[in-house]
Amino acid sequence: MTSVDAGLDQGTVQKTSTGRAPRRRTHAGRYLTRWLFVAPAIVFVLLFFGYPIVQNVVMSLQNYTTTTFYTGEAPWVGLQNYVNVFTNPIFSTTLLNTALFTIGSIVLQFGIGLALALFFKRHFPLSGFLRSLLLLPWLLPLIASAAVWKWILDQGSGALNQFLGIFGVQPVPWLVSPSLALVAVIGVNVWLGIPFNTTILYSGLQAVPEELYEAAALDGATGWKAFWHITWPSIRSVVSVVIVLGVVYTLKVVDIILGLTGGGPANSTQTLATWAYQNSFVQFLFGQGAAVSNVLIVISLVFAIVYLYMNRKGVDE
Amino acid sequence: MTATQAMVLPAGAQANRRKHARKWPLTVLGIIFLAVMVFPIYWMINSSLQGNSGAANTEWFPIHPTFAGYQAAIAQQWPNLITSLIISLSAVVLTLVIATPAAYGLARFKMKGMTVFVFVLLITQMIPTIVIANALYTLFNNWGLLNTYIGLILADSAAQIPFAIILMRAFMASLPESLVEAALVDGANNFRAFIAIVVPISKNAIITAALFTFLGAWGDFLFALTLTSTPAVRPITLGIYNYLGANVSQWGPVMATAVIASVPAGILLIIAQKYIAAGALGGAIK
Repeated sequence: MTSVDAGLDQGTVQKTSTGRAPRRRTHAGRYLTRWLFVAPAIVFVLLFFGYPIVQNVVMSLQNYTTTTFYTGEAPWVGLQNYVNVFTNPIFSTTLLNTALFTIGSIVLQFGIGLALALFFKRHFPLSGFLRSLLLLPWLLPLIASAAVWKWILDQGSGALNQFLGIFGVQPVPWLVSPSLALVAVIGVNVWLGIPFNTTILYSGLQAVPEELYEAAALDGATGWKAFWHITWPSIRSVVSVVIVLGVVYTLKVVDIILGLTGGGPANSTQTLATWAYQNSFVQFLFGQGAAVSNVLIVISLVFAIVYLYMNRKGVDE
Repeated sequence: MTATQAMVLPAGAQANRRKHARKWPLTVLGIIFLAVMVFPIYWMINSSLQGNSGAANTEWFPIHPTFAGYQAAIAQQWPNLITSLIISLSAVVLTLVIATPAAYGLARFKMKGMTVFVFVLLITQMIPTIVIANALYTLFNNWGLLNTYIGLILADSAAQIPFAIILMRAFMASLPESLVEAALVDGANNFRAFIAIVVPISKNAIITAALFTFLGAWGDFLFALTLTSTPAVRPITLGIYNYLGANVSQWGPVMATAVIASVPAGILLIIAQKYIAAGALGGAIK
C-alpha cells in the first residue's frame, strides 16, 4: 500500500503555488491557464454530482410524479415524502435488509479474501498464475454475472440444485423463497467481492517485511501467533481501507439484486438502493425515491467521511 | 535488500527450492479454490453451447455443442451490441479529453482550491449511482436527452471521470518537474508542454484510465435502465436484463448473450493485464 503511506510532507502543497512569481504581470494569466486544465472536469463534476445531490434534496420536498413532466408543476409538500417513507412498513424491512446485506457481504468477502491472500502468499508452484486467474470474474459485466447466477440458482434445473441432488438434497428454492433469497443474493455479492479483497489484501501482505517474521520465529512466534502479532498490525491500514470501501460499494449495489430477484420475493431482498429505484422508476414517485436516496446518501457519507479521514494523508500529498 | 540478506541468500535459495517441491499439495488446493470461483464463468460458456439449456437436462460438459444459442443471441442482440460499443468508445474519448488535463493540472499546480477538488473527486466515488440517476432523469427530461446516445455517453463519462482523474493524477504527480520546466524555458506554453511532453510520457497511465472507463461504461446497467425507456438506444446490459425480466425457459441464448457481453472486456483485460492490476491497486487506495 505504497500510496497510502506515500503521503509526502504537507509542505509541498504550498511550495509550488507561492514559491515562484518571477514576472508579476503574467502571474494572473498563468493562474488562469492552470485552472483551465481542471475547469472542464469541475463543470462535469458540478453538473453530474453536485446538481443531482442538490436536486435530490429539492425533489424530496416536492410531490414530484409523472405528471410533473407534462405540467412542470411539482407542489411543495414539506417533509411529507419522508413521512411516507418512514411510516411505510417496507422501510424497516429495507433498512434491515440493507444492514444484513452489507454486513453479511463484508464479513464473508473480507474473511474469505484474507484467507485466500494468506494462502497465495505461501508461494507454491503456479500460485502467481492461479492468483491472476482469480480476477476472471471481473470480465463479466455485473448484469451478466447476475444472469449466470440466476441460472445456477434456478430451482428446477439450476446447476447448484443439480449438484446438491447428487447427495440426495431436495431442490432448494434459492431465489423464490423469501427466507432464502437474501442469503442467496449475499452469496453472489460475496463471490463478486472476493477477487477485489484478495488482490488488495495480498498486496498489503507483500508489504510486510520478511525480516519481521524471521525475527519472530526466533522468539518462537509462528503460525497464529505470528499472524496476530505481526501480520495483522502491519496490514491494519489496508484492512480498514478494504472494509470501508467494501461497505460503500455494497451500499451502492443495485445491478445484482435487480438481476437476481428484482428486490423480491415479497421485498425480502429490497435494499435502500433498490427501493429508491423502485419508488422513482417503477412507481414514478420521484419525490419519495429522492427521499429514500437521501437516506442512502447520508449513510454512505458517514462511511465516506471515515474513509477520507483514514486516507487524508494520501490526499495531502 | 540488505547486506545480511544477500549473504545468506545462496543457502536460502536452495532451501527455497526444496520447500517449493513440497508445496505441490497447496497447488492442488489452489486449483480447487479457483475452480469454485471460476465455475460460474465455466457454466456460462457451457450453457451457451447447449441450445436447450433450461430443460432439466443441461449437461455438465458441452458434449454436443451447438451454436443455436449464439445465433439467437446475435439475431436479437446485435443492435444492442453496436449501441454498447458506440457508447463505451465515445465515453472513453470524452473521459480522456476531460480527465487527462485535469489530472495533470491537479498533479502539477497544487493550489489550495485544487486540493479541495481532489477531496470532492474522492467523495464522488462514494455516491450511489441510483442517487445520480434519480436526479439526472429530470434533468435529461428537460434537455431532451432521455433515450439518446449523447445522454448515456455523458452520464457514463461523468461516472468514470473522477476515477480516471484520480488514477492518472497519481502517476503524473510522480513525473519530475524539470521535465516540463525545460519545455517552458524553451518558450512552449503550459498547454503545449502538456500535449508534447506529459501526454506521451503518461501513455501507460492514460491507457489504464481508458481501460477502466471502457469497462465501466460497457458494464453500465443502471444509467441504461433509468435513462432510456425505448428500444432506440439499448445497450447489451439492458438486453440481458430484459431476458431476466420474463420467466426464462431457454437459457442458451441468455448465456450466449452474457458471453458476448463479456468478450470485449475479456480481450481488453488479456491484452492489458499489467495495466489493470496497477489500476485496481491505485484506485482502491486513492
